[in-house]
Amino acid sequence: MILHELIDYDTLRVIWWLLLGVLLIGFAVMDGFDLGVGMLLPFAGKTDLERRIVINTVGPVWEGNQVWLILGGGAIFAAWPPLYAVSFSGFYLAMFAILAALILRPVGFKYRSKRESARWRNNWDWALFVGGFVPALIFGVAVGNVLQGVPFRLGSDLRIYYDGTFFGLLNPFALLCGLLSVAMLAMHGANWLVLKSSGPVAARARSFARIAAMATIGLYALGGMALWLFVDGYRITSVIDPSGPSNPLAKTVGISAGAWFANYAAHPWMLVAPVLGFLGAVLVLWGLRSGREIGTLLFSKLSILGIISSVGLSMFPFILPSTVQPGASLTVWDASSSHLTLFIMLIVTVIFLPLIVAYTAWAYKLLWGKVDEDDITGGGHAY
Amino acid sequence: MEFDIVTLSRLQFALTALYHFLFVPLTLGLSVLLAAMETVYVMTGRPIWRQMTKFWGTLFGINFVLGVATGIVMEFQFGMNWSYYSHYVGDIFGAPLAIEALMAFFLEATFVGLFFFGWDKMSKVGHLFATYAVAIGSNFSALWILIANGWMQHPVGAEFNPDTMRMEVNDFFAVLFNPVAQTRFVHTVSAGYLTASVFVLGVSAWYLLKGRHIAIAKRSMTIAASFGLLASISAVVLGDEGGYLASEHQKMKLAAIEGMWKTEPAPASFTLIGIPDMEERTTHYAVHIPWVMGLIGTRSLTTEIPGIEELEARAETRIRNGILAYDALQAYRAAPSREAVPAEAVETFDRHGDDLGYALLLKKYVEDPREATEAQIEAAAWDTVPHVPTLFWSFRIMVAIGFFNVALMGYFVVLSARRKLGASRWPLKIAVASLALPWIAAELGWITAEFGRQPWAIEGVLPTVAAVSELTVPTLWLTIIGFTLIYSVLIVIEVRLMLQSIRKGPQPDHGPDMPLAPKPLAAAE
Repeated sequence: MILHELIDYDTLRVIWWLLLGVLLIGFAVMDGFDLGVGMLLPFAGKTDLERRIVINTVGPVWEGNQVWLILGGGAIFAAWPPLYAVSFSGFYLAMFAILAALILRPVGFKYRSKRESARWRNNWDWALFVGGFVPALIFGVAVGNVLQGVPFRLGSDLRIYYDGTFFGLLNPFALLCGLLSVAMLAMHGANWLVLKSSGPVAARARSFARIAAMATIGLYALGGMALWLFVDGYRITSVIDPSGPSNPLAKTVGISAGAWFANYAAHPWMLVAPVLGFLGAVLVLWGLRSGREIGTLLFSKLSILGIISSVGLSMFPFILPSTVQPGASLTVWDASSSHLTLFIMLIVTVIFLPLIVAYTAWAYKLLWGKVDEDDITGGGHAY
Repeated sequence: MEFDIVTLSRLQFALTALYHFLFVPLTLGLSVLLAAMETVYVMTGRPIWRQMTKFWGTLFGINFVLGVATGIVMEFQFGMNWSYYSHYVGDIFGAPLAIEALMAFFLEATFVGLFFFGWDKMSKVGHLFATYAVAIGSNFSALWILIANGWMQHPVGAEFNPDTMRMEVNDFFAVLFNPVAQTRFVHTVSAGYLTASVFVLGVSAWYLLKGRHIAIAKRSMTIAASFGLLASISAVVLGDEGGYLASEHQKMKLAAIEGMWKTEPAPASFTLIGIPDMEERTTHYAVHIPWVMGLIGTRSLTTEIPGIEELEARAETRIRNGILAYDALQAYRAAPSREAVPAEAVETFDRHGDDLGYALLLKKYVEDPREATEAQIEAAAWDTVPHVPTLFWSFRIMVAIGFFNVALMGYFVVLSARRKLGASRWPLKIAVASLALPWIAAELGWITAEFGRQPWAIEGVLPTVAAVSELTVPTLWLTIIGFTLIYSVLIVIEVRLMLQSIRKGPQPDHGPDMPLAPKPLAAAE
């Protein structure tokens, strides 16, 4: 096959770096409100009926949304195999905690209302809380660690060794990022509840959304300052061929303060990302006050888009720096799949991603409208 | 058994895969049966078929979520526990997993929400479309997973790149149309259809025995028996086709399944039963059927099928060649530039590069395969022989269940055609008693295919011992115990909810075309 030569290897790598961002943002935007709703469930709903309303706002859509996570995992595996291998094995126990929480989530949605017992339902409500809170926190903690670099080494045969521990992940900066992630997704989930419910549930959701939006703004600002003051960035100090084979050991890397801000100095247009991160959350506050429910949800999406993009742009071309063997850091130029695989995967994505967006949009349109008491007790299907 | 990181990682993977595979076959088959039932509803307009679709749909949902939940664990485990594997073959293996999500799982998961919540929001045909999307999505999902798995069994369309120290794809269509993947796909989905058929048949038989929901039970049985008969025949035939392909691509697995230690003159006989002995390298009390194995394995009377000992000797040769390739690879990696690589290293690697994986088998015993002793080389060659008794018995029990299911389904098709489904009680009791069989067969099928692949993670390319992540034993125990606890609690809950829903039975349906007070179903019969 010569066809894949149509797009240069380095261009494909940048495209797949962008797609990695699209998928992570897609996950945070789509599954993010499910996670947020899970976190808020025990607080936004006080009675059983209210909690069922909360659950049924996401009832028909969480399954589809969760596929963003599965697609994210698969796409990292396919397009960035070293990233998949190093991060999943390095963050082993954190991944286990995420998996344990994510197992509880589908089961919680489906099984909670199958029995009348109040204890049964209350237990599942807390399982759903864990299923929302734990992944949100850990994903944020993971990003916080990626920004600081991760203690992994690569052998000469590219075998992966990880020198850190689970508790090493829980450092102050990473926890700050974890809290930001929780606040951001709680804001998004609360905005979804405002749009999809009414009465006391919506009223509570509105105040949670306000608190979470303010927390997002505060934590994001704090995170940016901590990144500037305490976190050293990485830069490539040798020549690197952007179209060379994916061998992370063929370069040298230096660590220096402020390196994570170098891209913004060189390309000021990139500042659009952090600005969106703040602006989105500020607009959420404005939207909540002026009662624009659809707009508010769009604004929290905008904020998520800005916050996640700002992380990626700060680090480019790094995707996973190593603290103990900086030269082995994974970058866009030496941690991707082969030219042919990136090309094939791009073709498949270009065909199917628009289709997915189209039928997902159609499904949301079909399910449009607020969930109320009748939907739960009316004899139709409800969780 | 020594509980080192390889054993523990394998244990955890097997645990998750076997558990995941309790739910997947039923999802695969029931989604198609739901589509069939709802098609009848849309075509005839008879509300009972919608009531049936909803009832079996409820059971489908209880099963489906656990398949989804454990599916995430499956996908993440490669990176968590098998990081060198993920690095080494991610270029090929990752793509089908990603395509599965893009092409199949989004479709299935988006429309499964509409299947449950869309009854009153969509037109009849619209809802039917959603049900079809679920069935198509789940079956396509299986296709991509088996393309990935087929590549582990028979790695085609890829070659080793010494610059990146990994396998890279060079012919994607070969990966896609891998004959092993295609056969295993049809065999696996057939087994899934059969599982769902036995499930629907067994539950319906229980209703008939109890004298409840007779109209729904009989209709369900008719549809399950006819679908199940086709599926069981397909599962058996494709299983046989799998045997034929194994003789081409996984000779050792086939010989182990057969307990065939020595190469026999063609056409080889089939060992119906016997007691394979790993110590003495023989199969005691073997009962042979002449010619049959030669026919299954080679589709000819003149082609020889090699026995275990001959294959072991071949493996030993390949290990020795692999060491040469490994040495050449080290020379290549040590050279400062591609031009500086010694010519003989390039030449040696070109000649023996395909055997590189065999040298990695020695990693179990020695860090650098070039330093392996004669005894270690012989031990590594013997390692290529999987545990023969396990394969021998898993395979035979699976096949026996397969044939029994053909008979069961055939019998019920006849009963249904003669309108005698509830006429006598003992066939119904057999149907109820057979409920667990397809699951046993599916788990044994997994063991035959995947345990039989050992010692390879990727047949002939990457041994399991080299594929593992550098984790610690306590960490692995922690997650194994954690997963076991979660899985155990959830399976108990799942089975209880299933039984609760089955006992409750089909619910009166308040659809637009249903009378306000539905007649008792028994009276409608």
